[in-house]
Amino acid sequence: MCPLCGWDVLVSYLICGTLHSVDQYLNIKLTDISVTDPEKYPHMLSVKNCFIRGSVVRYVQLPADEVDTQLLQDAARKEALQQKQ
Amino acid sequence: TSTSETSCCVSGTVAIVTSDGRMIVGTLKGFDQTINLILDESHERVFSSSQGVEQVVLGLYIVRGDNVAVIGEIDEDTDSSLDLGNIRAEPLNSIVH
Repeated sequence: MCPLCGWDVLVSYLICGTLHSVDQYLNIKLTDISVTDPEKYPHMLSVKNCFIRGSVVRYVQLPADEVDTQLLQDAARKEALQQKQ
Repeated sequence: TSTSETSCCVSGTVAIVTSDGRMIVGTLKGFDQTINLILDESHERVFSSSQGVEQVVLGLYIVRGDNVAVIGEIDEDTDSSLDLGNIRAEPLNSIVH
């Protein structure tokens, strides 16, 4: 997961920010966050950095051009094979 | 396995968004692996589309990790400049799985 740190991500179509770190539970730490609709969601106006519990995340959107999907697929396949053994 | 955890936020002012869509602001005194939280001097910020933000004093709280969605680090300067009485917003929805 660390290769993705530093990229801008959008969580559940609501919170956008720079991916700081991720842990084993897929908890996400974002820095410099912004909300997609600040008028509808002014709740986080004074928050710059946040921690998002992995269990509540449905989607994480990554920048399409920055991610090598082939590399990710291969790495995921290798990981799955290792887990089986 | 790395832990991102809330290493920055302890003893700072945080804004917690709960899974039922509430917002609680307080001082984060402690937490554990399941994100159970201890919040001191906490209050709930109740948002409404018809009136300004209402702040309900809660005091010392333990919030069970299952119910925590987001922990936000509050920037004190930005927060004190907010005119809560003039903010109108629909309350947040509950987390739907």
